[in-house]
Amino acid sequence: MSHGSGSTRSISVDGLARVEGEGSLKVEVHDGHVTDVALEIFEPPRYFEALLVGRHFTEAPDITARICGICPVAYQMSACAAMEDACAVTVDERINRLRRLLYCGEWIQSHTLHIYLLHAPDFLGYADAVELAEHDRAAVERGLQIKRIGNLIMETVGGRAVHPVNVRVGGFYRAPDAESIASLAEPLRRARDAALATVDWVAGFDFPDVSGDYRFVALRDVGRYAVEGGRPSSSDGLDMSPAQLAGLIVEEHVVRSTALHARLSGRDPYLTGPLARYGLNGSSLTPLAADAASRAGLGPVCTNPFRSIVVRAVELVFACEEALSLVESYTPPDPPAAVVTPRAATGTGATEAPRGLLLHQYEIDASGTIQRARIVPPTSQNQLTIEADLRLVVQNALDLSDDELQWRCEQAVRNHDPCISCAAHFLDITVVSS
Amino acid sequence: MSNHNELPTLAVWKFASCDGCQLSLLDCEDELLTLAGVVRISHFTEMSRATTAGPYDVSLVEGSITTPADVHRIQEVREASRRLITIGACATAGGIQGLRNFAASGAYAATVYAHPEYIASLDTSTPISAHVDVDFELHGCPIDRHQLLEVITASLSGRRPVIPGHSVCQECKARGTVCLLVSQKTACLGPVTRTGCGALCPAVGRGCFGCFGPADTANTSSLAATLRHQGTPAIELSHLFRTFNACAPAFLEESVSQGGPVPVTRGRPPTPTSGEEGR
Ligand code: SF4
Ligand code: SF4
Repeated sequence: MSHGSGSTRSISVDGLARVEGEGSLKVEVHDGHVTDVALEIFEPPRYFEALLVGRHFTEAPDITARICGICPVAYQMSACAAMEDACAVTVDERINRLRRLLYCGEWIQSHTLHIYLLHAPDFLGYADAVELAEHDRAAVERGLQIKRIGNLIMETVGGRAVHPVNVRVGGFYRAPDAESIASLAEPLRRARDAALATVDWVAGFDFPDVSGDYRFVALRDVGRYAVEGGRPSSSDGLDMSPAQLAGLIVEEHVVRSTALHARLSGRDPYLTGPLARYGLNGSSLTPLAADAASRAGLGPVCTNPFRSIVVRAVELVFACEEALSLVESYTPPDPPAAVVTPRAATGTGATEAPRGLLLHQYEIDASGTIQRARIVPPTSQNQLTIEADLRLVVQNALDLSDDELQWRCEQAVRNHDPCISCAAHFLDITVVSS
Repeated sequence: MSNHNELPTLAVWKFASCDGCQLSLLDCEDELLTLAGVVRISHFTEMSRATTAGPYDVSLVEGSITTPADVHRIQEVREASRRLITIGACATAGGIQGLRNFAASGAYAATVYAHPEYIASLDTSTPISAHVDVDFELHGCPIDRHQLLEVITASLSGRRPVIPGHSVCQECKARGTVCLLVSQKTACLGPVTRTGCGALCPAVGRGCFGCFGPADTANTSSLAATLRHQGTPAIELSHLFRTFNACAPAFLEESVSQGGPVPVTRGRPPTPTSGEEGR
């Protein structure tokens, strides 16, 4: 809806589409300057941190998976990591590798969903992937083929694609047999080739010329691209344990949101997710992914948020390559899970969800009953940075028509693949100018 | 597509949920483009910027009712929909967020938010059928995508979906999984849980935890007696019945029998949703 009167123009839209969740967005412009930007999140709260209290520590992976159907493995993995930390248990490397394989499946599924179904239509001027398919069916079919293989990994390792059933604190209920894992190799080779074609495809899109001044936060792992664990690190030199990060994150509850905004105490907002991971860990990418990044002209750090789609495609190549190597070297963990005996303690776990760092912290008693739960999803950490991005993007695009500017704003939000179901669907965009 | 405007219309709506059930539609990778050729997807914000005004031939509703605004929105969705189908445990039973129905008023909001007064949220999470007439309920947390395709296809052709109402237990027998309850004395809800998943958990050596909710005829008290006898403590049993389908009547009653707190009555109690069909 658009209306103008005198020097004021205002644009509002009911519903920002192609994001996960419900929220709204407002931008105010006075005399050619953006004066206020607010990403409002109206997703009805589901109170996970409250309903976990009193439950057994072994229930956290399955309960928290229900926070988000797009990235359930991330919730399961961070919950397991936190509970194992509380109980001072370290799992066997084979269990870790199987977790990493399952997690690669989720990255493949989620990144492909975002690239092909949620984000690419913005660059090509289509309302959705169905319209895109009417013009380029081969592209959409390629995306769906990769996505199917991500889901196949989750089904083979986890039992099902949405809310896998095979994950438990300590590891897995049953280790998949060698044959069923080996059967993933051929599909993964196809997915890897299709992922390489994806990088070439998205690298050819037109990108608005914008550069964000980002403070990146991502996990760092030794000798590999961090996925299922690592130490939280930042582009301005922080390096700490997940527990230390939990101590630094200050969450604010503001009137416009059912999500909590996160800052690092005393410092500026920060960004987690593909741009941050690539900027901090790009040197540990797998060979084909690293090649694809340089072919796409990414450089060591990418600060253009619109090019996040290219970074996501590079991570897609990585996830396929990494999964393939895990498949080729697979030996079933035996036993499939470590024994985890509860003790009265607080445990913290952090893993890299497709959208960014996901932190869980639990306090449990000696019987394993949860006394306190704290969950910090990527989107609450990114919210302030998404707002800063919007300010920048609008400021550089004031010459656009109302409709174009509105679409650009939506695209700027989708650059960060926000999961509002996680943070707390329905973005209402208002641009007020005077 | 020249006849695009004459295609039947499909709308997808979200209430309090995790998006996992609607994702199941996008997870139909082999069928999605074919489906898009036979129906017009008129409202599906997770997938498209474009929306067309109703009425819609078929509406799929995910999620439970937890806010005053959603109490009104579901009425509008009902009015705009010829057939309204609820998908998933949130929409059919209130979901995991239904656990708030057992807590003191306001207690949950105060645990999570510094300023509960900023939050417009109800003290209850209720299924869609507690608010409007529902034409068909598809169960699961998440739903099964093959069942979803069956429900969409049947609804478009005006026939009743063929969705079985028997238990997971029978599916284990069909696929030849050794019974965990008998052989390992594992606490398993398979005998009282609706089929649909393909008996996934027992296949990995894990007891069913009831994510598809109660089967049509669920003898929960007999199962509970067996599990108690085999050594499962009451609190554990109460928790076992009290997850994603905690407010489905059969599971609710059993969790209370096992000593779990009863739902706090606040005007409208959780409404029975045991049948496949609401009307
Ligand atoms: S029923 Fe389960 S999978 Fe479906 S929306 Fe609710 S929480 Fe998500
Ligand atoms: S066995 Fe039970 S808990 Fe497991 S997926 Fe099936 S219905 Fe859900």
